[in-house]
Amino acid sequence: MAYKGNGINYVYINHNNLYVCALTRKNENVMALVVFLLKLIEVLTLYFKSLEEESIRDNFVIIYELLDEVMDYGIPQTTDTKILKEYITQDYYRLIRNTPLRVVQPPNAVTNAVSWRKEGIFYKKNEAFLDVVESINMLINAQGQVLNSEILGEIKIKSHLSGMPDLRLGLNDKGIFSADSSSESTNSKGIEMEDIKFHQCVRLSKFENERIITFIPPDGEFTLMSYRLSLAQFLMKPLILITCKTKVHKHSRIEIMCSARAQIKKKSTANNVEIVIPIPEDADTPKFVPEYGTVKWYPEKSCIIWKLRTFPGGKQFHMRAELGLPAVVDPEELATMRRPIKAKFSIPYFTTSGIQVRYLRINEPKLQYQSYPWVRYITQSGDDYTVRTS
Amino acid sequence: MSLEKKILSFLKGPKKGETFELKSGLVSQYKHERKDAIQRVIQAMTVGKDVSLLFPDVLKNIATYDLEQKKLVYLYLMNYAKSHPELCILAVNTFIQDTEDPNPLIRALAIRTMGCIRVDKMVDYMEIPLSKTLADDNPYVRKTAAICVAKLFDLNPQVCVEFGFVDELKKLINDPNPMVVANSLNSLYEIRDMNSDPNLNVLDITPEIIKNLLMCLNECTEWGRITVLTTLNEYEAPTPAEAGHIIERVVPQLQHVNPSVVLTSIKTILRHVDKVPLKPAILKKLSAPLVSLVSSSIPEAQYVGMKNIRIILEKHPQILSKELRVFFIKYSDPLYLKLEKLEIMVRLANDSNAGLLLGELKEYAMEFEPTLVTKAIKSVGSVAIKLSVCVVKAVNLLCTLIDQRGGDLVINEAVVALTNILRRYPGKNDLITLIVPVISNHVEDLTTSEALAGYIWLIGEYPKYFSQLHSKVDALVDGFLEYESQLQLNILTSVVKINLSTNDSSYSNQLQKVLELATKECENADVRDKAYIYWRLLSSSSTDAQQKVIMAKLPRIDTTIASFNPVVLESLINDLSTLASVYHKPASTFIDPSAYKRAGTGTSKAAKSGNIRDLTKLAKQEIINNAKNENLLDFDDEGTEASDAAPSLLDELNDLFITPGDNQGSLTNQSTNDILNLFGPPQPKPATNTERKDTNDLLDLF
Repeated sequence: MAYKGNGINYVYINHNNLYVCALTRKNENVMALVVFLLKLIEVLTLYFKSLEEESIRDNFVIIYELLDEVMDYGIPQTTDTKILKEYITQDYYRLIRNTPLRVVQPPNAVTNAVSWRKEGIFYKKNEAFLDVVESINMLINAQGQVLNSEILGEIKIKSHLSGMPDLRLGLNDKGIFSADSSSESTNSKGIEMEDIKFHQCVRLSKFENERIITFIPPDGEFTLMSYRLSLAQFLMKPLILITCKTKVHKHSRIEIMCSARAQIKKKSTANNVEIVIPIPEDADTPKFVPEYGTVKWYPEKSCIIWKLRTFPGGKQFHMRAELGLPAVVDPEELATMRRPIKAKFSIPYFTTSGIQVRYLRINEPKLQYQSYPWVRYITQSGDDYTVRTS
Repeated sequence: MSLEKKILSFLKGPKKGETFELKSGLVSQYKHERKDAIQRVIQAMTVGKDVSLLFPDVLKNIATYDLEQKKLVYLYLMNYAKSHPELCILAVNTFIQDTEDPNPLIRALAIRTMGCIRVDKMVDYMEIPLSKTLADDNPYVRKTAAICVAKLFDLNPQVCVEFGFVDELKKLINDPNPMVVANSLNSLYEIRDMNSDPNLNVLDITPEIIKNLLMCLNECTEWGRITVLTTLNEYEAPTPAEAGHIIERVVPQLQHVNPSVVLTSIKTILRHVDKVPLKPAILKKLSAPLVSLVSSSIPEAQYVGMKNIRIILEKHPQILSKELRVFFIKYSDPLYLKLEKLEIMVRLANDSNAGLLLGELKEYAMEFEPTLVTKAIKSVGSVAIKLSVCVVKAVNLLCTLIDQRGGDLVINEAVVALTNILRRYPGKNDLITLIVPVISNHVEDLTTSEALAGYIWLIGEYPKYFSQLHSKVDALVDGFLEYESQLQLNILTSVVKINLSTNDSSYSNQLQKVLELATKECENADVRDKAYIYWRLLSSSSTDAQQKVIMAKLPRIDTTIASFNPVVLESLINDLSTLASVYHKPASTFIDPSAYKRAGTGTSKAAKSGNIRDLTKLAKQEIINNAKNENLLDFDDEGTEASDAAPSLLDELNDLFITPGDNQGSLTNQSTNDILNLFGPPQPKPATNTERKDTNDLLDLF
């Protein structure tokens, strides 16, 4: 991702078989370069749905325009897609032919202190939707013990609010952020949230000094804050416990006995549970006997996936699979069998950390309208909920 | 059709080809056709086709109200200005008009493009528009103009300073708009890097500026924040109170969602933290943000983050002592991340997490990827050497790996790790009895010279613990000549040592044989010399001297974890988040400071001054000539009409040439180089050459 040659340093990232690359002769801030390249990909993806060779060829005009705005003389300017959309519009041509008098102007927001929201937004019904999403990453060994776990939480907001509203978010006691300088956080019952990250609209100094989250939201969808809890003491048992026994009869077949148990409250239900079990690449002729749900074989990924649409709390299900193996075995093959089992799931109306939104106060000083905040909770698997085999 | 026409069309060949199509599109009477043609020209330009021949035709389209078309023409200008410097001047008027447009977007666009046209002549026309836009009411225009000053400096430092733009820029640091502030700072940095004039003071960071910057830090965009933080980082706070104030303002930035803001904030805090009394409390605040660099979802950013964490850890080892689990390897991590995580994990090892860590390392050693397995086994050794509490556990682990996993790779690496452990804890009976049998069972599997060297050293150091010592020594001596010279030296030493430690003469045959082989048949001078020294020592000196020289213990290994030397570490700490932090090398080793310098050209006001009118005349002449050529070629069915077209084309172009009255006075006085040179081939500049070379390198890369 960084390479130097001939006095020039190349910093690049790989995206959809494209290399997005930045060059410098100076000792530049490489983290800023990497993040800028990522933001650039993000911006282009938003404009073209997906960024690949084809979409670059088809959209060179707009890419030139965007590059002009996101940086100048190698200095990043603005990478906020919401604002860029305001004045780099896909369909210039039509815009100008139909309304020749309307001139595109740079939105004030580009250079304002509130660079993420334009003025004069209006909604008939003023609503704000809050989603508290917690993604669980867990590393479980073959005996069902949790080796490492973390909760990656996000509070997402979809804002349909008029004017320039000022919002204040209150979280429940448990979620009160421990003033991290005090060391007695371990004996109090509160959760110690680690590295809370806020969207740039949140007044950081206000939070730092008074522990209050206040902000003027951008219009539409955005992630207000994210937090991380790495809680070995808090998440001792897996939410979905998977035990899997594999028996390899060399030269003939492989037997897999898998059981899954939802270790969540009886009232809760896990949805769209998927358990991905790796199998040898050269396995064939699968036979599945699931107690519940469906099992499918994906030879191109060398795995079988057991799907359970709903999985009520406290229940346990079993599945048995049998696949044939070729008579000749590559000794290296068995080593690749050590790939872990992965699981995906989502559990609505429930947060693992227990965080709750107490209130969301919305105040628009000029318009003084009635507004409706809505809150949803969901816990889901992160991209790394894995169970080690053997 | 007359005969003449037929002959002409025959000579001219078919009216086809992309360039021709584009050309006719560009001069079409329909707006949308012209625009479409421009788009296609840009497309051809983008894929690397040379469309510079169309320059005059594209230029005709510059006067338009269609913003997109304007942008495209500007883009074309930027690209081909160098090959047609004389024709670029024709666009100057449009630029100057555009910098006075009521629409700020167009004003900014014009000044931005002017700066990007890297033609010396342009310099002379930039003074007025640039000073106007620098004082523009609209911040969007101001922030664009601020960067244009750096572009001008790049083109001609002398003029830039003489016109006072650098001073203007310094004033803009106090602009009420945060984005303008950030861009001015960036522009000044660029100028500072390019500046080669020691008398020019580009940027002085005063306490007032710092105060101002701290005020606007929270209002900046993420990129602006990085700029401001970088400036704070350069500032040497005179008092602890001021350093404390800076830290207090920067700490909230640790919560920013952009990892580069976070890392730059960390750097700034570390820069000032030594001055303040509450250092441990502040360092504690850094641990969560550091961890967040690793938990970001982007592997590239994680990698940069970890490279930096390694530097910070060396300076402040306690900072992440509780965060081992974060660095556990995920199955889906790319290999470079896994290896980097291992580096950090061994550095975080302490007495309380050693068990956990070793368990993890064992998992990685059972993985498939050879590089990871090797590194994991090395790490086990490093941990055992670092922490004496877990040495037995580590040794057992390595032995289990040899027995259970097996394979050349694992055995060789594990043997190296085991012998290193014995060098850390020499003479420990329990360890030796654990290690020696395992190694002696796998002598046949040792293939790498490192592992062999370890084994040979071990056999010489602890001969008593080996079973069937005799046959093992025999094997070494018999194969003596097949080993590489480094190993021959080792064998020599070990055989001599065995001989001395056993006292009786049971190994004298082997000794005799190895000394003879080494002195008579070995080609390597070092091996021969060593053999002679041993021989003489054994035959003449006292046993006391023999003991002292031959049985001398090797120095104890204290660590196998690499660390920076203090000078490098200090420079890396100051260069956190930069390229140096990723390469782990001081910037001076890979950055050429002069690569960025601009020569201060002293001849900005050239002696020969040209008149803008002469210039216009010449340019006009060329376009007329072009037009005529075109007509000759076009001599077809519409040939007769085309000949009339030339004057009307000229009328169109006249609009472009009209200079605003107030500008004229200043412009005519401006310098231009010898006009005659204008029409010569554009002189290739060294800069273009290097650029070309660079692209080649880049292509090689992928």
